[in-house]
Amino acid sequence: MTQLNTYRGGPDEQGHFGIYGGRYVAETLMPLILNVEKAYAAAKDDPEFQKDFRYHMTYYVGRPSALYYAKRLTEELGGAKIYFKREELNHTGAHKINNCIGQILLARRMGKTRIIAETGAGQHGVATATVCALFNLPCTIYMGEVDIERQKPNVFRMRLLGAEVKPVTSGSRTLKDAMNEALRDWVSNVSDTYYLIGTVAGPHPYPMIVRDFQAVIGEETREQMMAAEGRLPDSLIACIGGGSNAMGLFYPFLDDPSVSLVGVEAAGLGLSTTKHAASMAGGAPGVLHGNRTYLLQDPDGQILEGHSISAGLDYPGVGPEHSWLHDLGRVRYESATDAEALEAFKLCSRTEGILPALEPAHALAYIIRAAGALPADHLMVLGLSGRGDKDIFTVADALGTTI
Amino acid sequence: MSTEGRITRSFAALKAEGRAALITFITAGDPDAATSLALLRGLPAAGADLIEIGMPFTDPMADGPAIQAASLRALAAGMTLAGTLALVREFRAGDADTPLILMGYFNPIYRYGVARFLVDAKTAGVDGLIVVDLPPEEDQELCLPALAAGISFIRLATPTTDDARLPAVLRHTSGFVYYVSITGITGTAAASDQAISDAVTRLRRHTSLPVAVGFGITSPDRAAAVATVADAAVVGSAIVSRIANGLDDRGHAPAGLVESVLEFVRELADAVHGARR
Repeated sequence: MTQLNTYRGGPDEQGHFGIYGGRYVAETLMPLILNVEKAYAAAKDDPEFQKDFRYHMTYYVGRPSALYYAKRLTEELGGAKIYFKREELNHTGAHKINNCIGQILLARRMGKTRIIAETGAGQHGVATATVCALFNLPCTIYMGEVDIERQKPNVFRMRLLGAEVKPVTSGSRTLKDAMNEALRDWVSNVSDTYYLIGTVAGPHPYPMIVRDFQAVIGEETREQMMAAEGRLPDSLIACIGGGSNAMGLFYPFLDDPSVSLVGVEAAGLGLSTTKHAASMAGGAPGVLHGNRTYLLQDPDGQILEGHSISAGLDYPGVGPEHSWLHDLGRVRYESATDAEALEAFKLCSRTEGILPALEPAHALAYIIRAAGALPADHLMVLGLSGRGDKDIFTVADALGTTI
Repeated sequence: MSTEGRITRSFAALKAEGRAALITFITAGDPDAATSLALLRGLPAAGADLIEIGMPFTDPMADGPAIQAASLRALAAGMTLAGTLALVREFRAGDADTPLILMGYFNPIYRYGVARFLVDAKTAGVDGLIVVDLPPEEDQELCLPALAAGISFIRLATPTTDDARLPAVLRHTSGFVYYVSITGITGTAAASDQAISDAVTRLRRHTSLPVAVGFGITSPDRAAAVATVADAAVVGSAIVSRIANGLDDRGHAPAGLVESVLEFVRELADAVHGARR
């Protein structure tokens, strides 16, 4: 592992985390991205903006989210003491809303009158549609046709919230194509439109902005663990699609060497197959959607489809800061298969009375593998990033049941 | 023969003749390698003064439906970056003069290896590169190495590139400047004549390089209108759509497809070359 004085220093002024990140976008978008960067720098230092953000976090999102000791699960696994950071209790049922509140306040500050976003599983789409309803801004959500089919409840939710959901029929018709289509929209509507990216990816400054707004997860975890146990946790475990919930949980702990950090990618049907979404375990560095990062790609540099039972994880890339932390060795990246995630989903439901989303079920699958071998005083935190209600049809299907 | 030479010589010759250039775009390997080689070989005689060859990519973010589909057709038929360079070599074997510009996205080049790509591209006879997702902020990736290798790097200037930013965009641009006439993706909206004229005038205040205008030029009439104010008109989606519309039910190129596409190029060329300047 490479030792740095700080792991919290990224990105540099050009938006790079080591060789990752950057601003690989068409010239049409460059001035817009520079504007977002300038506006964010001003907002970040503006106490009024921060006050507004905290207000909405408290009274609208319902923060702080609980840090909950999962006693029955801990007993079941017979090792590490397991806590859940319960982002699934947030308004809209996932961590995505944290970022959406931050960015919608930024968009308003910039005088933008129209919001666009991409979504895979629909959680970010729902969160975006929610804040757009709250602030009375029209919004268009791009969603792959394939994802629309498998996430119908979220599509309906977005429409109830007043969003226009545009099916994306290009390419492979999933999240990466939704992001392409959102970028095409932005290129075509430069003056009034704000692109509200849902994860720690895309061109600089998005990976930094989204991380900063999600860092509330780790900041609270730190305080709550100090209050509960009088010390820092020993390990933090979170799932990785684009990686926003993991980045938010990890970031405040990056410079605490005693805290081990584990990101869990989706191994789909297995890393030895082509049906997975583990861009770090099974990909290589490349450039897509405005940044350099690990990508699933063929030897010709063509982007491959990710696969996961969880629509929120099957993005063929990952946030650039994760790629950097991976190469540095500060965060360890593991993976869990569809089957393991399903087992974790069932175990969590039965032992804790919590239906986790299939995304954090991957992180829980790692915990199931690892916790038993650890001592009882090992404090382990699961980033429980979302609730599983949206996934009941997928789970039923996988279990061979019809609802 | 210097490669910068082909582009510069081409524009110098056109200037001497007092006419604008027609730049045509097709995607390498669309719908298959043999057909796109036949198209490439036919383009100069049909009136294309410079040729852009699209390097197929799965995720062409700045392109509209026509060129997205062309990319996917080419990839489905097995086209790769190495295959694209092979097409260039085969074209170059029979045509020493027509400037060839590769256009696309960075990732396939990055995976191929920038240094190796530049050597192979130069050897194959490539004169210039247009890489949509490399703004001046990322010049060290490919622009500067390309210039050092003797390959032009042609930058896109857009309606959002204001006067303050324009010098940065033009700094390492060589060969010509490509003005994207709309804020949008390829083959969709069209800019007004006045807007194009104003933009070209603005660019000329900042550069002495030839100015080509593209995006949204769909017909001989539109191409002629652009040719009255700019040094070149770029037509891509409209040509690529001709290819798409001419395919048979199985997506293959029937006999006569190449000739019908080239006939359209002749109409474009006549319009551009006949435009009053």
